[in-house]
Amino acid sequence: MSDNNVLISVNDLKKHYKGGEIKALDGVTTDIKKGEVVVIIGPSGSGKSTFLRSLNLLERPTSGHILFDGIDITDKSTDINKLRMKMGMVFQHFNLFPHLSILNNMTLAPMKLLGKSKEEAEKRANELLKKVALGDRGNSFPSQLSGGQKQRIAIVRALAMDPEVLLFDEPTSALDPEMVGEVLDVMKELAKSGMTMVCVTHEMGFAKEVATRVIFMADGKIVEEGTPKEIFENPTNDRLKSFLAKVL
Amino acid sequence: MLMLSIGDWFSKLKSDFILNFVQDDRYKLILSGLGSTLVITFFAAILGILLGIILALVRSSHDKMIDELRPGFGKGLLKVANFIANIYLTIIRGTPMVVQLLIAYFIIFASSNNGVIVAIIAFGINSGAYVAEIVRSGIMSIDNGQFEAGRSLGFNYIQTMVYIVLPQAFKNILPALANEFIVLLKETSVAGYVAIVDLTKAGDKIRGITFSPFMPLLAVALIYLILVTIFSRLVNILERRLRNNER
Repeated sequence: MSDNNVLISVNDLKKHYKGGEIKALDGVTTDIKKGEVVVIIGPSGSGKSTFLRSLNLLERPTSGHILFDGIDITDKSTDINKLRMKMGMVFQHFNLFPHLSILNNMTLAPMKLLGKSKEEAEKRANELLKKVALGDRGNSFPSQLSGGQKQRIAIVRALAMDPEVLLFDEPTSALDPEMVGEVLDVMKELAKSGMTMVCVTHEMGFAKEVATRVIFMADGKIVEEGTPKEIFENPTNDRLKSFLAKVL
Repeated sequence: MLMLSIGDWFSKLKSDFILNFVQDDRYKLILSGLGSTLVITFFAAILGILLGIILALVRSSHDKMIDELRPGFGKGLLKVANFIANIYLTIIRGTPMVVQLLIAYFIIFASSNNGVIVAIIAFGINSGAYVAEIVRSGIMSIDNGQFEAGRSLGFNYIQTMVYIVLPQAFKNILPALANEFIVLLKETSVAGYVAIVDLTKAGDKIRGITFSPFMPLLAVALIYLILVTIFSRLVNILERRLRNNER
């Protein structure tokens, strides 16, 4: 397979705290190809969120390199803001902007950063809202929505920038159980549409059903990776086996 | 008998009023004093808010980012700016307003004849220190997730502050800012120390001329009270409107 299919290339990524005493990431190397749905699982404290947040430099790695579209984002001279526009992110706690209406939440970045007109941005936002069955909520404020609705808005807010990849940081962990499904459904639709996705989650069902690749992390390292079938049905690593025994 | 004494009292009040405000157009002194008070307060508040926001941004940026920044010019600059900001806050908050005003008038701007401008600068610099801490607490009160969401969309640090953090912070700190404005308005009453005839000094001057303290001083107090009350009302309306915007 040719290299131009690789969207994000991570090489020996390390994140140390307290001068190396704590190793949140301890040499992670992997490639994420276009169209892949990579699900990262692992026990808490395994570094999976740190890894995800390093991909758009919300967390600055101690050493190692991340190439996005062939550009080294860890390089000093790289304009990270430009690249972040192409990397959408969805957070555990939604992080919608409470002072803005749903529509303004979604049009702020496209208008200010991509130079879209108000009409253009709102047209696109309304299309996206319809896709997640919230077409009538454009003028609502975040405080008026349920958790599941907020997260669906957060997803389409990221999509409004037309990103090349979406990063999900435990998108369903803060939701009431009955709302998990509606968010996962949106994510499944996205995966089907060919969106490249990297997702840290505890939803093993989602990983099994949607992931093209599952990465199991522990102690800041990738311990095992493979297709969902390989990971869930034929785990080889003992850490992975005991982890799966606990969560499945 | 009783009726007569009440009548006496009223006529004394009336002559007192005429003596203090009408005779020789003394009310004009009060009006021009009020003008000075309002001018000094208004421009000092603007200066204070500008200074306060800059100081707050320096301080909170320093606290938020200094460990994340790579060594270089930017980091050095931020460190120096933060150092200066801290000295400024320490000095301004650690010394009395009147002393600062006297130093500004008789030492720093000794060559200036325009007391009002010196007062605006002195009160503005003073207010800036308090506004800075208010704004900083506002910025710190905003969940870091808001900041991260802004950055993850591609906004730079300043855009994230302007579009996302500061509007929310402003709403949270509005009561504290209004309070600071009220304090500032009343604090300008010491402007008389540097030969400015503000509202307080005007009342005091009339008292000195007429030897009748009751009317002028109470009038001055009443005017301050009315100003503060009107301003509080306006802030209440603004607060309610901002809150309505969210639901």
